[in-house]
Amino acid sequence: MGAPKTMFDKIWDRHTIMTRPDGATLLHVARHLVHDGSRAGFKQMVDTGLSLRHPERTFGTADHYVSTASHDIAAIAEPQRRAMVEAVAENAQTHGFAYFGLGDRRQGIVHIIGPEQGITQPGLLMVCGDSHTSTHGALGALAFGIGSSEVTHVLATQTLWQMRPKAMRVTVDGALGAGVTPKDVILAIIAHIGASGGVGHVIEYAGEVFRAMSVEGRMTVCNMSIEAGARAGMVAPDAATYAYMKGRPYAPQGAMWDQAMGYWTSLPSDAAAAFDLEVAMRGEDIAPMVTWGTSPQDGSPITGTVPDPEAADTAERREGMRAALAYMGLQAGTRLADIAVDRVFIGSCTNSRIEDLRAAAAVVRGRQAVVTAWVVPGSGLVKAQAEAEGLDSVFREAGLEWREPGCSMCVAMNGDVVAPGERCASTSNRNFVGRQGRGARTHLLSPAMAAAAAVTGRLTDVRALMAGAV
Amino acid sequence: MRKFETVEAVAAPIEMANADTDQIIPARFLWRSRADGYGHLLFNDLRTDADGKQKPDFVLNRPEYAGAAILVADRNFGCGSSREQAVWTLDNAGVRVVIAPSFGDIFYNNCLKNGLLPVVLPEARCAELRAALARNPGAKLVADLEAQTVTGPIGVNDGYGTDDFTIPPFRRELMLAGLDDIGFTLAQADKIAGFERGFGEALPWL
Ligand code: SF4
Repeated sequence: MGAPKTMFDKIWDRHTIMTRPDGATLLHVARHLVHDGSRAGFKQMVDTGLSLRHPERTFGTADHYVSTASHDIAAIAEPQRRAMVEAVAENAQTHGFAYFGLGDRRQGIVHIIGPEQGITQPGLLMVCGDSHTSTHGALGALAFGIGSSEVTHVLATQTLWQMRPKAMRVTVDGALGAGVTPKDVILAIIAHIGASGGVGHVIEYAGEVFRAMSVEGRMTVCNMSIEAGARAGMVAPDAATYAYMKGRPYAPQGAMWDQAMGYWTSLPSDAAAAFDLEVAMRGEDIAPMVTWGTSPQDGSPITGTVPDPEAADTAERREGMRAALAYMGLQAGTRLADIAVDRVFIGSCTNSRIEDLRAAAAVVRGRQAVVTAWVVPGSGLVKAQAEAEGLDSVFREAGLEWREPGCSMCVAMNGDVVAPGERCASTSNRNFVGRQGRGARTHLLSPAMAAAAAVTGRLTDVRALMAGAV
Repeated sequence: MRKFETVEAVAAPIEMANADTDQIIPARFLWRSRADGYGHLLFNDLRTDADGKQKPDFVLNRPEYAGAAILVADRNFGCGSSREQAVWTLDNAGVRVVIAPSFGDIFYNNCLKNGLLPVVLPEARCAELRAALARNPGAKLVADLEAQTVTGPIGVNDGYGTDDFTIPPFRRELMLAGLDDIGFTLAQADKIAGFERGFGEALPWL
């Protein structure tokens, strides 16, 4: 036995091809995901006379630029956007990798379909040219986003040069109260450690709250690790993980399953393993959260008020908060539950899985949306599952719009934009200035909270709504 | 990749913590190819109003900062989306060096891949430099990768100093030589093939 290792150490070491004396490490990439924003990476590969080294380790879909009104390619009116979607399909054909495109039920947001297909597995080093690749860590993978030049490097060599990040552990023990969801947990963590709290680190989420959390919930948490500045987020695999993996199309079967289990069960961090940074929180202390500002760290319990910039500790923070409130059109001291919204977006790789849709449907069932509200499922399979459960009817009857899978209003690249000055309650992951469209005002929250906002027209404590107190 | 030569240039202060890549280049421009040019879109939504008119008070629109090839920024610069277009935009706008207390991890790697030098200096020193550059618009800094130092502001008697920084040695060698890492990787073909054999035996279900 060597020195005690973290789960991160084990996966990193398993994928290390060589380490230079200066620490630069050449890593093998077990699985590489590409999407309709990956065009430049392929172009650079072809332009430099290189070819795709491992088509069987490369998987693609179209998500950022697709229309969510219709999956007919002709529904993408702008030629430039259509060209992005066509490029990934062409690249799949030319270079011979598995592609889940428009018209395929398996199409969806890249971070939804990786786990759904069993492409994402415990103990694998996975990358994708997208920062929310951290999502896949929910299954015990080491997964992180890369830039376009790095995509080219991975396509051509199936490897990547990296400096070893540090290991951080966020432990949340105790239990979550009723109406408190994984989204609230990660928003509370980011509010606590800050948007740069995890820079240079890979976060392992540990403790009773994550053990009790569903695998899909862990995905929501790991997804937003990047909003805390972290390179990746991960949760140790356990019985829930294995149950989730079983029977997925790309998961091992039969004797291979048993062999894979041997590896997977060896992954959890050794008890004596040391982390460079440790943070501890209690589940009972977490309430349903909403953001009021323009950074994901600007989150508060829904029971709170818009904070006062004048009370901030530093001049820099004061300035930042003033600018955020001006952009958001909010006054310090306003009760968060009094903020009226213009529209609601339920979707994105953070919150568009079946459990998210069930949670939202449970809130709107038998109620009526009073503002425009969209539900955008994360994949064709999520959509089919929701329809099989009748959730689409629940949404439609409540006046919400049921749309086709894609990134949609999370990033507004496909033309699904929030209008300037409009206020949107959104289950996505970024409330940056202009993220959902120029001048758009975003409040991040959970699917249940978004659904509550849809039926009341303002930010609402879903617990009070469900108790009949609103 | 372009060889990194010592830069002596006008430096502009960017007073914004957590400046995310959506601010550097908004998502709606990302379908452009690199050859289309990105430089004029740097900080587009901060730099222009809704009608597309330049805002005269935005720091990079002020004539004193014209030609700024060095930015001095705040904590967590380039956080958020992995879009390499953020680096292309800075590069295309003539920015060669960004100095900040910390960077978004993916943005940092993207810089190194494109010959844009990301310099980490202590938070207090970054604040001091920004203040000095704001008081002395148009003042220059010198960034020397060979020596791993930043010097200045030069020519003004305000906040002057020489600060040491480091970047990963492998990246420094490549940037100074103007080489892409892919050539170096391809030269490791035997090691990679050997590793893949062992990996395939250990995880045969993949
Ligand atoms: S849903 Fe949003 S955050 Fe997720 S991959 Fe798509 S654009 Fe990125």
